[in-house]
Amino acid sequence: MNPMDILIQYWPRLLDGTLMTIKLTLLGALIAGMVSPFFALVRVHSSPIAQAPLRLYISFMRGTPILAQLFLIFYGSGQFRPFLQEWGLWAFFRDPFNCALLAFVLNSTAYQTEILRGGIMGVPQGEIEAAKAIGMSRARALRRVIFPHAYRIAWPALGNEVILLMKASALASIVTVFDLMGRTRQIFSRSFDFSVYLWAALIYLCITAIFVLLWHQSERRLSRHIDRPGKPRAHVPAKKETQA
Amino acid sequence: MFELFSYGDTGWGDEILRGLAITVQLAIVTLPVGLCLGFLAAFASKSKLSALRAIGFGYTTIMRGLPEILTLFVVYNGVGLLLNATLKWWNPDATFIDFSPFAAGVVALGMVFGAFAGEVLRGAFNSLDIGQTEAGRAIGMTDAQIFRRIQLPQLWRFALPGLGNLWINMLKDTALVSVIALSDLMRMTKVAVGVTKQPFTFYLAACLIYWAMCVLSEIVLARMERRANRGIRRA
Repeated sequence: MNPMDILIQYWPRLLDGTLMTIKLTLLGALIAGMVSPFFALVRVHSSPIAQAPLRLYISFMRGTPILAQLFLIFYGSGQFRPFLQEWGLWAFFRDPFNCALLAFVLNSTAYQTEILRGGIMGVPQGEIEAAKAIGMSRARALRRVIFPHAYRIAWPALGNEVILLMKASALASIVTVFDLMGRTRQIFSRSFDFSVYLWAALIYLCITAIFVLLWHQSERRLSRHIDRPGKPRAHVPAKKETQA
Repeated sequence: MFELFSYGDTGWGDEILRGLAITVQLAIVTLPVGLCLGFLAAFASKSKLSALRAIGFGYTTIMRGLPEILTLFVVYNGVGLLLNATLKWWNPDATFIDFSPFAAGVVALGMVFGAFAGEVLRGAFNSLDIGQTEAGRAIGMTDAQIFRRIQLPQLWRFALPGLGNLWINMLKDTALVSVIALSDLMRMTKVAVGVTKQPFTFYLAACLIYWAMCVLSEIVLARMERRANRGIRRA
């Protein structure tokens, strides 16, 4: 069959799958993004002993395949079915979408925490001291000085993480979530037309490209007070002062 | 619980270990394939010919943007179809041959590894000191000699951290081949789960094995990095 015919015949399914992929990715990234700042603060400030569980969690999430994590949650929850039913959680774990989302959130939280930790540690000490010197409370300094700058440093890496999550979301199709990959496999199993995979590839690339553009825009907006976009963000000492 | 993981007919220890062997084999076979593709991509994107540069850029950009599982399916289904179509055209009486899942895994994971490695190696090439290449040329070295004696040893040092990360990612991505019916660690775990009805126990065991492999890789890589940097004075 002509590749165009496949698209004409099956576009509603592909569109549906694409929306599901976007939904999974954005929800996963957002929920992980709400948790990770707190974890990142723990990673920066807590004593090594208090950090130990968090470090173990991050190491586990980074050291195991997402597919294995997904199976651990989706199939593994079945082993605790009576317990989960008693607590009224079974309805949650029975749904593959919830399990996939949970796996992606847990995974992305680990990565985002480490990225943000790098961002927080990259904030110049002088800024934090200045915030203290003008009498900001710890919470206010975090909100107004440390996190805005930390996010600006971490922004490109966070964008990469969202793209990685988008690619990983294709794994949800293996636990029967009908995302773009799931729809593609479904269409292939009916039509045996290989071109549907190429359409899926094109859609994935488009999602990535659009996301990269949007992310660049937001990065520019985050740095709009820095007058030379694209230049290193390290503060340049004013020449007159250093030579005086 | 431990008898579940014992050897022999009652336990699943030997099956899982056999799966692990496949996983390790797959990763080790894929590594040189991916590295070769990576070098080709890096050379292509540094080429003087704009067509080659475009191919290098297209390959690394497209492969990095696609989900690994999609690449795997495209290779597994697509190359199989292509192979059989070619065979049919060559010899109409040919019997249908199957593209082995192992080969599909090596090709797909190698292509993904190669795309990322191409970027890592390109970055490493760019951080080489151009003066050293010029010095090599000045004392009459051929391009091949310059590459082997001056560039490659330093390329190794610059690229090792990036390539190490890629190795760990690839090791984890091998789990995907279980979906195309290769009996790797993940697949054998699934088989064990099907019989014992203890999904959490077995998937957790699989996770722990992957985790151990990754931690071990990190330790070895840290040593290799130390060794690669042994001649460097820290600023």
